[in-house]
Amino acid sequence: MAFNNTDISAFKNVWVFCEQRQGVMMPTTFELISEGRKLADELGVELYGILLGDNVDGIAKQLGGYGADKVLVYNSPLLKEYTTDAYTKVISDAVEEFKPDIFLFGASNIGRDLAPRCAARLHTGLCADCTHLDVDLDGYIEYLRTGSSLDVEGMNFDSKLFDVKTNLKMTRPAFGGHLMATIVCPRFRPAMATVRPGVMKRRDFDAAKAESVEILHPEFKLDASDIKTEILEIVKASKKLVDLIGAEVIVSVGRGISKDVEKGIKLAEELAEVLGGVVGSSRACVDAGWITADHQVGQTGKTVHPKIYVALGISGAIQHKAGMQDSELIIAVNKNADAPIFEVADYGICGDLFKVTPLLIEAFKAEKAKKA
Amino acid sequence: MKIYVCVKQVPDTSGKVAVNEDGTLNRASMDTITNPDDLNAMEAALQLKDATGCKVIAVSMGPPPAEGMLRQLIAMGADEAILISGREFGGSDTFATSQIIAAAINHVGLDEEDIVFCGRQAIDGDTAQVGPQIADKLEIPQVTYVADIKKDGKDVVVKRMLEDGYMTIKVKTPCLLTCIKELNTPRYMSVSGIMECYSKPLTILDFDALKDEPLIELDTIGLKGSPTNIYKSFTPPQKGVGVMLEGDGKETAEALAATLAAKHII
Repeated sequence: MAFNNTDISAFKNVWVFCEQRQGVMMPTTFELISEGRKLADELGVELYGILLGDNVDGIAKQLGGYGADKVLVYNSPLLKEYTTDAYTKVISDAVEEFKPDIFLFGASNIGRDLAPRCAARLHTGLCADCTHLDVDLDGYIEYLRTGSSLDVEGMNFDSKLFDVKTNLKMTRPAFGGHLMATIVCPRFRPAMATVRPGVMKRRDFDAAKAESVEILHPEFKLDASDIKTEILEIVKASKKLVDLIGAEVIVSVGRGISKDVEKGIKLAEELAEVLGGVVGSSRACVDAGWITADHQVGQTGKTVHPKIYVALGISGAIQHKAGMQDSELIIAVNKNADAPIFEVADYGICGDLFKVTPLLIEAFKAEKAKKA
Repeated sequence: MKIYVCVKQVPDTSGKVAVNEDGTLNRASMDTITNPDDLNAMEAALQLKDATGCKVIAVSMGPPPAEGMLRQLIAMGADEAILISGREFGGSDTFATSQIIAAAINHVGLDEEDIVFCGRQAIDGDTAQVGPQIADKLEIPQVTYVADIKKDGKDVVVKRMLEDGYMTIKVKTPCLLTCIKELNTPRYMSVSGIMECYSKPLTILDFDALKDEPLIELDTIGLKGSPTNIYKSFTPPQKGVGVMLEGDGKETAEALAATLAAKHII
């Protein structure tokens, strides 16, 4: 029977691509499994993880702990390291065999290589870098009520083209975060999305569900001749990369440190240390070569929502705000009283960061000492 | 050996962006630029041209004014340009766009030693999807996030960036590579290039030119045919205005620290 992906009713269940590197699950996978669980519950269907690698059964069970009902595991020496060709073939064949309705990928450098290739092969739609996903229409309307500028009362949510109650609604920023768009994939299946790392909330780990998750090993065909690239070496970054997504406090620097870059970064480090956090940056500092790209917050960097975000000398371009405006508390220091960063700041100080930051360090130290 | 460089003319989202009342982008109010990553792709192609004498063809899909951008790329050093332009193509999503561009490349011809370069992603949509999707339509291997390129006989050896390091990958031609800004610094247009840019060939491929290409499915192009559609679009809400603290001295810092301590935030 030929694969017909316009026969919508033949497609069922939610799938998540579970990315592992060197046998370790990427943390974003757990966020996606958690979000996938929500969508599967809204549809009343099962959640599957699909895991490719070499001898990776040992890391499959933890997916159950975050909400997966079943995990499809594909083991082969040819799948040990990621290659576009091998992963695309195995995943596309699996989709044709099992026909999932929804398929999520993390928007990592690998997910963004793999998902579009699979979508092209499977002849279906893919929405990039989603920050919000809904099946349930009421939930989507509630999201718009608080998360958009739209007046949802009296708005028409019906469509002549598709069932608005069962189709996945995929919301993402566009034009550098100036606009948000909700995308649908009404005519083909699966509806595919890549999801921004750090945006979806991870569920609490359920040890009992991790034990009861069903692990399956479907048969598959893969030959060395399917792979047109050859990996010559894999090099891990020698320096430990900063964990912005997991940080509770982030102190970020912007173009305002240009007067004395070294001192500006040192002040941010000191303030971050006092508050128990890490140092982030705007794109300008990364582009100027002052700090490495793993520190970058924003539309092309990382999306973060720490408890405290301190912006030192960051003007607040919309691309930067898109990555940090959902922080629980934002403190901004900038010389320019009209800087857009103050539009999202809970507390703003108009002043020179080289003057203000040392004062903040002392003041926070003093308050912490009182509590100790 | 030919190199195709896929380029896109985009609104400059780093400047002021105006949004219409209905939530769509007011493009008329914005400057257009060549997508930044695509200039790195063009530079990579021109460096291979400098080394091997190969031919560089700039390819873009867009409305007729994109011709101006293509003339600039010829002035940078491209040998010719192709503009894919037609009402039927308008509103295409990444799937639809990639099959149209793949069909255009196939129409001109993709030979054994050829390479297709793309930028990593365009700043208007930030999807990074069109490159891999062109590669799949053309049935050629791809490497994305390329930060270094070495030609090695019929193979290309590239450095592919990951979040936590990189891979060195050998790939046979024909192949498609997507380039990141770390790869190089794009050159400027040369004076002689500017003088000659209108004398070099610029071909316009419209719907009639491509409609019989086997890689195009006529029911999955354009706004209506695209697999994905926009359901709603909106502007993100503005956060409530916070407090601007008085002054920038010691008292201000101490008052802030005391407030946060009282709220048990620190």
